[in-house]
Amino acid sequence: MTDIPTAAAGPDAVTDPAIDAELAAEAALIERHAHPTDGTYMVVGLVLAVLTAIEVGLYYIKGGALTTVTLLLFMALKFAIVAGFFMHLRFDSPLLRRVFIMGIAFAVVLYTLVLLMFGVLHF
Amino acid sequence: MAHLLPAPGPETPMGAHHQPDSHHATATGVSNEKLAMWGFLASECLLFGALISTYLLYRHKAVSGPTPRDLYDIRFTSVSSFVLLMSSLAMVLALAAIQRGDERRLRVWLSTTALLGSVFIAGQIYEFTSFIRRGMTIKTNVTSGAFYVLTGFHGVHVTLGIIMLLSLVNLSVRGRIPQARSEVVEIAGLYWHFVDIVWVVIFTVVYLIP
Amino acid sequence: MALTAAPADTAVARRTDPSRLLKRPSESRQGLVSWLTTIDHKRIGVLYGVTAFTFFLIGGIEALLIRLQLAAPNGKILTAQIYNQVYTMHGTTMVFLVIMPMSAAFFNYLVPLQIGARDVAFPRLNAFSYWLFLLGGLFLYSSFLFGGMPNGGWFGYAPNTSMTYSPGHNIDFWIFGLLILGISSTIGSANLIVTILNLRAPGMRLLRMPIFSWMTMIASFLLLFSLPIITVALFLIMFDRQWGTHFFDPLAGGDPVLWQHLFWLFGHPEVYILILPAMGMVSEILPVFSRKPLFGYPVMVFSGIAIAFMGFGVWVHHMFAVGLGPVATSAFSVTTTLIAVPTGVKIFNWLGTMWGGSLRFKTPMLFAIGFVVMFTIGGLSGVTHALVPADRQQTDTYYVVAHFHYVLFGGAMLGIFGGIYYWYPKIFGKMLDDRLGKWHFWVTLVGFNLTFGPFHLLGLQGMPRRIYTYPAHMGWNVWNAVSTFGSFVIAAGTLIFLWNVRRTDQHGEAVGPDPWDARTLEWTTPNPTPEYNFLHVPTVHSLDELWHRKYTEDDNGRLVKVADSAQFVERRATADDHIHLPSPSYWPLVAAFGLPIICYGLVYKLYAVSVVGLLVLLFGLYAWGLEPSTQPPEPGDEGDGHGPVGELGAPEAPAELGDAAEPAGIGVGASGGGDPALPGGDVLGDTRADGIGDTTISVEDPDD
Repeated sequence: MTDIPTAAAGPDAVTDPAIDAELAAEAALIERHAHPTDGTYMVVGLVLAVLTAIEVGLYYIKGGALTTVTLLLFMALKFAIVAGFFMHLRFDSPLLRRVFIMGIAFAVVLYTLVLLMFGVLHF
Repeated sequence: MAHLLPAPGPETPMGAHHQPDSHHATATGVSNEKLAMWGFLASECLLFGALISTYLLYRHKAVSGPTPRDLYDIRFTSVSSFVLLMSSLAMVLALAAIQRGDERRLRVWLSTTALLGSVFIAGQIYEFTSFIRRGMTIKTNVTSGAFYVLTGFHGVHVTLGIIMLLSLVNLSVRGRIPQARSEVVEIAGLYWHFVDIVWVVIFTVVYLIP
Repeated sequence: MALTAAPADTAVARRTDPSRLLKRPSESRQGLVSWLTTIDHKRIGVLYGVTAFTFFLIGGIEALLIRLQLAAPNGKILTAQIYNQVYTMHGTTMVFLVIMPMSAAFFNYLVPLQIGARDVAFPRLNAFSYWLFLLGGLFLYSSFLFGGMPNGGWFGYAPNTSMTYSPGHNIDFWIFGLLILGISSTIGSANLIVTILNLRAPGMRLLRMPIFSWMTMIASFLLLFSLPIITVALFLIMFDRQWGTHFFDPLAGGDPVLWQHLFWLFGHPEVYILILPAMGMVSEILPVFSRKPLFGYPVMVFSGIAIAFMGFGVWVHHMFAVGLGPVATSAFSVTTTLIAVPTGVKIFNWLGTMWGGSLRFKTPMLFAIGFVVMFTIGGLSGVTHALVPADRQQTDTYYVVAHFHYVLFGGAMLGIFGGIYYWYPKIFGKMLDDRLGKWHFWVTLVGFNLTFGPFHLLGLQGMPRRIYTYPAHMGWNVWNAVSTFGSFVIAAGTLIFLWNVRRTDQHGEAVGPDPWDARTLEWTTPNPTPEYNFLHVPTVHSLDELWHRKYTEDDNGRLVKVADSAQFVERRATADDHIHLPSPSYWPLVAAFGLPIICYGLVYKLYAVSVVGLLVLLFGLYAWGLEPSTQPPEPGDEGDGHGPVGELGAPEAPAELGDAAEPAGIGVGASGGGDPALPGGDVLGDTRADGIGDTTISVEDPDD
């Protein structure tokens, strides 16, 4: 629903130097934000791949409860890495973190309670 | 008392025809679209949480018929999961490209993301058809039902994401995603990464956990 | 600059751009087309309100039918099957098609005005929400023509709603209707959250924001987090019915209790969604008619937040008789009792607001006070429900029906009526007649208590819910007869209201912008409110900004008037004022049509129809996405002639006659001066992607 500039907006929109200057300033701003480099992203991708490989290895070990806990930990770690780095939550406004975490927290708490009531989760 | 009266403020001229939308003067400093997308994703946590819980509830309740656990091929699904993870990497590289102003690389990485996503979907379809051939359909038992609904919902989300990505490629080809408009890519990326995160959870909870 | 497209592309892009398929309507503010394509939050608010009130009348007729059937034992007015449909639709209508959209009407009309914004964050999305609501409601009611209306209760318990026990399409219409309405509300809630967080005027910190806008934001968060849960529940029962799954079939390992958990995980937050907006309205009305600030404003805000959080932690109290075991039931009994605390705090704060105030008992005030009293009664019966042993007797009896009608009718509806009388002059420029309003109030109050008061007794005497008739020897006859009589008294009260509306429309006098001597910013706009809301976006220095501009206190704490609100109402805009507004659009309406079409196809398993609906939806969304939020001037139109900025109700020089296009309001939006302490001083919203751009009067393209 964003305001996509129409190529057909007429000659003024295309050649107006005031707009060009503003867009250039805008672009500069974007570049100056703290962004991980391509290299950083690749490293993060590698870490995720390694974690996945370990997880799959754990599946074959069949260690019972310890496996379950470890797998859940790894899952949370991958979740946090993708959210923090790829989705940029680490570097963005805390408001966005809070909104997302609210959703996660509600989901985890509410559904854990439901599963407890069905006797699915035992402590 | 004069300060209590409204001061007709100075007119603040802004760009005449359209605004670069990634630098909003909003009260929170976050753009409208980005805040809306995060709100939507928070909402989706509740949606997928319900589906995952339904699966967890019905995991061992099948009365007859094969269940997913009987039919999984973990190696195949691991490769699928890896593909989806790498698609997230491609997505973020696409965003980095357009934030640098590289429209060509944007399209390359966006297409790569869409391709990897399609490979994932193809893998899902292959997996499901093999399950169906081996006697596990959506109505076979409660476990299979919960499995297909959960993974099906996820698959639909991925597919919609692929359509969005291809639309972005199309728009970029038409010159409508310059560097100043990179936020639209960022927001599509947020959706895509979320869909990936959900799969991280599904893969662990449904496939891996004993 | 990457924006430069090759000239050949320009022409091709124009021809192949689907958003140009439907010519963007001109800025004329009259006629059906202007309503179908509006993206103005005020108009959308009016649309919500009128539609919701129509459903109120329909839901009311359903209530009268119920009461006629139950007036005497062995009633013969409705068969059991029809009765099931009537009471299901009564509940579904009142919850989803009346209270929620009436609240949405006020959210839409008021929130941008209260926070000093020109519109919501996503105006076209706002229109889309409305059309989905209308079409969803029509879809639900179309079931009447297609074999029978939903008949499984508004709560749709499985396995009663399974194919085994509910063959036929009644429940399918319920499922898909609610899914459409759910999408509408989810989108609306995201829109409002972003609006309230992002578009507040300079200086309006969150704790200076009017309490109604606060309650709007809280209710929107509740919607955002609770709707997905019922969405999943609806999909699961849909799959059971359509595609043979067994989610709620015990014989196959399924569990009907899962439905109850999922439904009430949504359903309980839902009741707070229903009440918080009305509480916000009451919190606005009482201070104005007591000439005192809201007592304990920060506490009112935080208690609202507390209610929302805690509201997610009590849902099992709807399931105390299900057999979940002592641990679960006691835990939720405790949480349910605790939630009475923030609610009770609000009641005391309302009393504190009135205490020592200079009370004016106009109609809005009567309804607000009525809310406080009736809601308290309903809340007290609610507290009795929290105690599990008591609830074991009360649940599934008329005692519960008493409770929720006291909080939802005596509470939410009375609050909403108060809001209608209070904001009527702002929305329509005329004040509803106060004498008739008082008649409306008292007749309704008496009728309401006659109808629902006896339900407490009937419930304690053992009358179960959801029965279509009862035998003569149970001892329930007298109170049922009284209740039926009361329901017709309510109907009479409603007729008085309708008469008031009609009379005001025909003979009502126009009033000024601030007829009640109110406290908040919406009362500073001229009547009728112009499309752009504020000529200059105000800068806010305190809570109750308008009040503090009008009054100060002397050394004895007495109010001293320093200014008249007329001084803050600005003249109408001209083209020189350079106000940007987004342009109307057909696409939200077109896209919205896709959804019921998809759903009809799914109900009847005519998948080709669903595919058509999907294509309509996707095409509408795609064209919408490509359409700029504000129509730029056509190439070849010179921006010389500037017409006045379009205003609500003001007839324009009809541009459809092919006059040379007169783009107006070119230039920049104004800000009422930034507060440098706030990030983003100018929050006019010029930089909102979907909000602001050039205004054009006509988009007739002389080339086509």
